[in-house]
Amino acid sequence: MMDVFPYLVAAWIFLAGCYGLATSRNLIHAVGCLSVCQSATYVLLLAVGYRDDATAPVFSDIEPGSRPVVDPVVQALTLTDVVVGATVTALLLALVVQIAKRHGTVDPDELSELRG
Amino acid sequence: MNRRTRLWLVAVGGAGLAALLVAACLELPDFGGDRHPYGDRAVHESLARHTANTIASVNFDQRALDTLGEISILFAAVVGCVVLLRQTRDEHRARPRPADVARPVRRYALAVLPVALLTGLYVIAHGQLSPGGGFQGGVAAATALHLLYLGADYRTLERIRPVGLYEVGDALAVSAYLVTGLACLIGAGSFLANTLLPYGTFNTLSSGGTVPLLNAAVGMEVACAVVVLLARFLDQAVEIVEENGT
Amino acid sequence: MIVVALLLVAACATTAVLVRDPVHQALVLAVLGTVLAVLFTVLQAPDVALSQLAVGSALTPLLMLLAVRKVKRPRRHKGDER
Repeated sequence: MMDVFPYLVAAWIFLAGCYGLATSRNLIHAVGCLSVCQSATYVLLLAVGYRDDATAPVFSDIEPGSRPVVDPVVQALTLTDVVVGATVTALLLALVVQIAKRHGTVDPDELSELRG
Repeated sequence: MNRRTRLWLVAVGGAGLAALLVAACLELPDFGGDRHPYGDRAVHESLARHTANTIASVNFDQRALDTLGEISILFAAVVGCVVLLRQTRDEHRARPRPADVARPVRRYALAVLPVALLTGLYVIAHGQLSPGGGFQGGVAAATALHLLYLGADYRTLERIRPVGLYEVGDALAVSAYLVTGLACLIGAGSFLANTLLPYGTFNTLSSGGTVPLLNAAVGMEVACAVVVLLARFLDQAVEIVEENGT
Repeated sequence: MIVVALLLVAACATTAVLVRDPVHQALVLAVLGTVLAVLFTVLQAPDVALSQLAVGSALTPLLMLLAVRKVKRPRRHKGDER
């Protein structure tokens, strides 16, 4: 059970975020759901890189080779994505603000009625 | 398409996706397993180049080109925000009234501010040694600067934080990354190759060749980017008012 | 330890999706960011935990709150500006 449990949690978070995106009535809420989806990818990546009884891959205070370390590659991927993802979230929020200025609403349903 | 059909569509699609995801999860290598071929090679390479923090080595040495891609996304996102959140013709700036902040809050914020700022800079500087680096330290330092909004008021923050300067700083940092890459191209024969500078002594500030340089560039870029973003959003929320709205 | 952190993250993520008001959602997202940082620390990824702590529990909720404030204002007439 423990062998796949973290992956299933990641899948659950992702699906929950998707559900929120699809049923959202507020664009700001939708952006929040998107960041929930993003965090699912972090959990999945770090779960793939984990190794039992290993320590962090930082050798400033441990002797190289003395202990097993977890996979640094997935950590590097996650690390950059956390920060870059935040700025992309900011860009989406800026778009929402702009939409609100133009149309006076942030409800996707009302917006699609306006367009027609 | 009405709401009901859409929900059904989501349910069907979601169920299909869930089935596929679960099937994929069952095929993944076991959690906590002992086989990490890429990880082992990355650790080996990083130690060969005297970089104590393997993650910094992966980010700024082995996958430096990829990080260049990441910071271009970051840069593009910031430019997009600045363009989207500019002041339009039918808006004017309202002078925000100085708000009353409780004295303890103010004192606390002012006391924490230098500590947080220094912590951010420290985290940037020790990126290749201990957990930390340009990405994390940049966010920490930039967020710390905005404690001023709590501690003093918006006017003080504006005086200390000329946004234009930070926009220039952002662009400069990206170019610094590029210039380092080009210097490697000229000096070592390939773009962003970490063979130009001596690797230095293991576990000291100047170890790791070009890693500290690229790390500092990214730290500056991220810090400036976050400051600019927060400034733009604060501007929108506090200062700019639509003429017909009020 | 890992299982507890994972369950906490799953619970927080579900709550964040189900809370419909963006202001409350921003607060739940801040909690989610902190819990994620704990999970990453348990998974031996201090670097990622650090950036998740700074971004997830401070930056993203702050931006969301500012956006909410900007979006809401035109609707209430002559609102009290701070």
